[in-house]
Order: sequence, then structure tokens, then C-alpha cells
Amino acid sequence: MSASDETDRDRSARDDILARVARATEGVRDDDPDAAYAALPRAYREADDLTPTARLDRFEQRLVDYGVDVVRSRPDEVPERLIAELARRRAHRVVLPRGLPPAWRLRLRELQPVADDADPLDLDGAHATVSECDVAIAETGTIVLSGGPGQGRRAASLVPDLLLCVVPASRLVGTVPEATRRLQARVVAGAALTWISGPSATSDIELVRVAGVHGPRRLLVLLVTDGPPGA
Amino acid sequence: MTRIPLPYHQAASEALGDAQQRANLRTVTGHIRAKRAQVTSELPDWEALREAGERIKDHVLRNLGSYLPRLEERVTAAGGTVHWARDAAEANGIVRRLVAATGEREVVKVKSMTTDEIGLNEALAEDGVVAIETDLAELIVQLAEEEPSHILVPAIHKNRAEIRALFLRAFELDPSELSDDPRALTAAARRFLRARFLDARVGISGANVAVAETGTVGVVESEGNGRMCTTLPDTLITVMGIEKLVPAWRDVEVLLQLLPRSATAERMNPYTSFWTGVHDGDGPEAFHLVLLDAGRSRTLADDVGRATLRCIRCSACLNVCPVYERVGGHAYGSVYPGPIGAILNPQLRDVKRDRELPYASTLCGACYDVCPVRIDIPSILVELRRRVVTQRRREAPLGVPSLEDAALRAAAATFASRRRYEAAQRLLRMGQRPFVRRGGGAGGTGATDGGGDVLRSLPGPLAGWSAVRDLRPLPRRSFRDWWRDRSRS
Repeated sequence: MSASDETDRDRSARDDILARVARATEGVRDDDPDAAYAALPRAYREADDLTPTARLDRFEQRLVDYGVDVVRSRPDEVPERLIAELARRRAHRVVLPRGLPPAWRLRLRELQPVADDADPLDLDGAHATVSECDVAIAETGTIVLSGGPGQGRRAASLVPDLLLCVVPASRLVGTVPEATRRLQARVVAGAALTWISGPSATSDIELVRVAGVHGPRRLLVLLVTDGPPGA
Repeated sequence: MTRIPLPYHQAASEALGDAQQRANLRTVTGHIRAKRAQVTSELPDWEALREAGERIKDHVLRNLGSYLPRLEERVTAAGGTVHWARDAAEANGIVRRLVAATGEREVVKVKSMTTDEIGLNEALAEDGVVAIETDLAELIVQLAEEEPSHILVPAIHKNRAEIRALFLRAFELDPSELSDDPRALTAAARRFLRARFLDARVGISGANVAVAETGTVGVVESEGNGRMCTTLPDTLITVMGIEKLVPAWRDVEVLLQLLPRSATAERMNPYTSFWTGVHDGDGPEAFHLVLLDAGRSRTLADDVGRATLRCIRCSACLNVCPVYERVGGHAYGSVYPGPIGAILNPQLRDVKRDRELPYASTLCGACYDVCPVRIDIPSILVELRRRVVTQRRREAPLGVPSLEDAALRAAAATFASRRRYEAAQRLLRMGQRPFVRRGGGAGGTGATDGGGDVLRSLPGPLAGWSAVRDLRPLPRRSFRDWWRDRSRS
């Protein structure tokens, strides 16, 4: 079968389906779909009404609910915190994505770094990945990676067993709609997004929740604030 | 899926005899119901979100003819290839050719209703290609050579001992190496599947959403197998129903608030992946999106049925359904069970067997109350029942009405006139005498005329009905008689 046969078949399937859809929506479709779309009701909340402190607390509480380890840190303490948390978890081979702040890199150079574009098999041999994030959502305890600086390829935050994600308070928003607004430009630019809410989990066997199926079994969030370090 | 399912009434009555399954279902659905109620009530704008979800999906369905080409254009511009499939066979053919072109004999799959619907695994098997299900429950069901029984927890009909036995055989483990602790079982599946993920060259997925504005496709999951399948292989093939579209990126904010809370009753599911075509140096080098019609455009043409296509496959309606809770998923004979299956299957498949499904409901309305996109399932069920009756009339030999039809017409005539109604009461009061058992009713209060009397073992076609129900006989004196006597005195 030649490639052009295949194109013909697909082409006629396309035309058929679009013709069926046109017939099916006769009399109910809008003359100007974009204008009709703009007029759709959106009475849901865009933002929360929390203070920044309360929002941070909510984020932390949501993460804890998911079984995430949360550590608070001041900006200048981040490299020390990173090395301490990694050492405590005996993570030596660590994936360090491109674009991480040079100060962190410098402090982490005593570890065995793995490049974020390494082969999946090499990533499988790493103990942990250190990553930044694009935006985080307090209401749902979600971290969004978009492949930006310090975030690495998607496989880098997926294959190793521990993900250590640094979340500055400035990246935290209250609600999902605030997050999608912030991410709009990244999506339009063609970025791939990963939304992470806790470690991977399953309840497939007798509804018993087991953390750590295929993604990282453990997730640690380093919450960076200017205030005094919390517990 | 090649097995021909039993008629619903037979499958349901078999399932009702399975005490283990009923107990499992009761626990699972009860648990999820309570959690769902809690996480939806903590959002003050839950009803506004439902309304937005309903309106966005309605809008996209009415304007599908504009949005589908837009999606195609954006996916193509981002380096993906879009394929169109009129039916299941065409979709399977496309995927088979794509897999054959890679020369691979093994593909990794992330749980997808749509690929189950079209029977993709069986189609690939014809080419000697093994499709490995990577969702834990789907893997269990696949290894057991069974079918899923629930949209979200497809293996709830299996207990840990059965799963251990399956894994011992499939992973070739020594019994001493594996306990029946869910953690140990999960870890065994992780080891087995990780080797496959790292080797995989072809991944196959469904899609929870596609964004027309940007060409972005999204998959919502918990375990990380979805991320593995959509990022590690060189080639990614996604099969998606044409109704899974939203117009713009911001609509994702509605879906991602409605879906996880309705589905697993979580504030957010652990992982959601969004990709747009192919990404340089990150993830698959080739992305194919197969857009599937398979009955959807026909459903779209139906003013009543159209709302069915708003469904986001959350399974909240299963978890609240008193019928599903008792008969389980297999009885529905489709990958789409429960209330949504009862309206989706008869419309998508148009097969005779599905004519029983609109009756698999008490019309209690709980499914409508929880539906995140406000599908009025009870009204659609009633409409589908009307169509079944009309169809049956049309097919009746020589136009002879069925017994049920005749009885209901007679009842309608009786209830329409006081004279006929009272005459019928007199007639029934005499006619019931041989069937009344004195004082046999459980919990008779004695407050009503006749005390605890019950009607048992009615004759003819009513026998089946009275065999499982205690029916009160008509009282010796009706309310109307009493009222008349009282007014006279």
C-alpha cells in the first residue's frame, strides 16, 4: 500500500466525518463560534481571598495531605538545604537540569551529577532529580513543570525515585484559573507541561492507597520564603 | 472483548449472585461517594464550575465543525500528524499500520476507554503485536484475561490473593518472593513494567482533553504510567473521540477542577501531562493523533442524545447508582458501564442487545446530581425507553401489541376515568382473593385494613414480579368508599 493511498483514505474519512458533523449540527451551530464562546458564563472563582501567608500554609497542608515532605527555606539557604536533604535520603547520583542557578550547582558539584538529557537507562540509575517549577497552586497542592530553565526534560522528573522540587513563594498562586492564565504563554509557545500533585499513587488493589507506582516514589518540596524558616 | 456478552437481564442476575463482588462494590462506591461529597463541598463555586463545564462542552459540540479543523491545523503545525477514523475498524487499521511501520512487536499502553471501546489490543494481536496495559488495574485485568468492571478501578472485582496468584504466574516469581500485601504487589508490577517502559519504542494513549486553540493534548492519571507512555517512547499514538475537544487552553481550568474531584475524589490527581505535537529533544519524535467518530456524529445529530457527548468519563454516576452498586460493571456488556453506559451504548453502538440498558435504572436521579457536566441522564433514559417501545411496536408481527403494551394502554384508559377506575378496583378486589396470604407480611403494622396480609405468587407473567416482592392486597374498603360513607353520615 502506497503512502498516497493512505492519504486518500484518510482524506475521505476526514471529509466524511466533517460532513456528518456539519449535518448533525445543522440549525444548532453558532454563526460566530468565537463570539458565542466569549459569551459563555464563567461564574466560578478566578482567585482565592487568602493572605499570602495563609496561601503558603494551605499549599503546605495540601502537600502534606498527599504524603509530600515539605521543607521551608530562605532564599540564601537553598543550596545548603538541598545538599542536606539529598544527603539525608542517601541520594548521590542526582539529575541537575540545565538552567539551575549557578550557586546551587556549585554547592551540588560534590554529588555525581547526571545530565537531564541522559538516556532513560542512565536516568533510571540516578537517585534523585532537583528541579525548579513554573507555577504552583495552593488550592490543589499542585506543581507545574513546563521544561523551562532548571526544570529539565519530562523524563528527568519522572524516572528517578526522588523528586526534589524548589518552589519559591513568588511562583505560588491560589487557584487553578490563576495557574492556567500564567501558563497560557508557555502553552501557546508549545511547551509540554507536567502537573504534579503528590507522589505517584494507586488504589487499584482493594482500594489500599500505595504511594510510588511508576513515577518518583517520593516527592520533596522546598518552599522558599523570605520569612523565618518554618518547621 | 471478542466475547459476546450475555443479555443484560441474564448478566445482571448472575452478578447479583456474586456476594463477593457485591460486597466489594458496596465498599468501594460507598468510600468514593463520601470522599467526593467532601471534596466537592469544599469548593464554594462547585455549581458554577458544573455550569461552565456544561456550557463549554455544549458549545464545542454544536460547533465541532469549526473546532475539529482548528485542532488538526494546530497539531500539524506543532509537528504532529492527524488521522481520521469513521469507525472502530478504521481506527484500528490506522494504528496497526503505524505500529507496523516502526517494526515493533511490543507497545506500551496507558489506560484508555476509547482504545478499549474499539478493541485495539485484539486488533494489534492479529499482527502479532503485544499491547501491554500499564495501568496497574488494567494490567491485572489483562493478565486475568478478563474485562474491566469499573471505569476508574477496573479490578475492584479481584482480591489480593487472586492478584498475587496472577502475578506469580505472569512475572515468573517464586511464591516466597511475593506476599499479598498491596504494597508488595504494586512493587512487583513496578519492576515488571519499568523494564518495558525503558525499552518501549511505541506508546499508545487515549486523551482526556484536546485544546483546539493550541493543539495541546492532555492525559490525566495517578500512577505515572501515563507519563512513561507519553514521554519515553520514540513514537506516540493517541486515539481520541471527536467529542473530547475544548475550544481554548483556559477551558482546561474548568476540566481540571471538575474531573479529579468527581473521579477519584481528589483535589487533584497526581499527574497530568499536556503536550503539543512534538517537542524538540524532549519526548517522542513522532506524534499521531487518531480522531475517532464511531457513532459520535450520529449521537451529535440527536437533540436529546447530544448531551451524552459532554461526558468526561469521570465515573461519578457509577458510584452513586443503586443499580450499578448491585450488578457491577460486567453486566452492562460494554467498556462503558453504569448510568452513562446505559445511555451511551445504545446511542454509539446501535445494537439490539443494548435495548435493555435504558431499563437498567431506577430513575432516581442521583447520577444527574453528581454529573460534573450536568448530563440529565434520567431524562435521556426515559427518551431511550420511549424509542425502544416505538421500535418494538414497529417490529411486532402484524402490528399485534405486546402484553406489556396492552396492559399499559388498558391502565392508561382505566386511570383516565373515575367510573372505569372504581370498576377495576372492585374487579381486582374479587380477583385477588385466591392469592392473598393472611398475616404473611413482614412488619405489618395492622394500621391498614387487612393487617399484614400479602399477595404472593401471582399467576402468569406477574409471577416473576411477585416472587421477590411482598405486595399489599387492595384493602377491603378504598379511601373513596370511606370518604363517601363519611360524607353521608
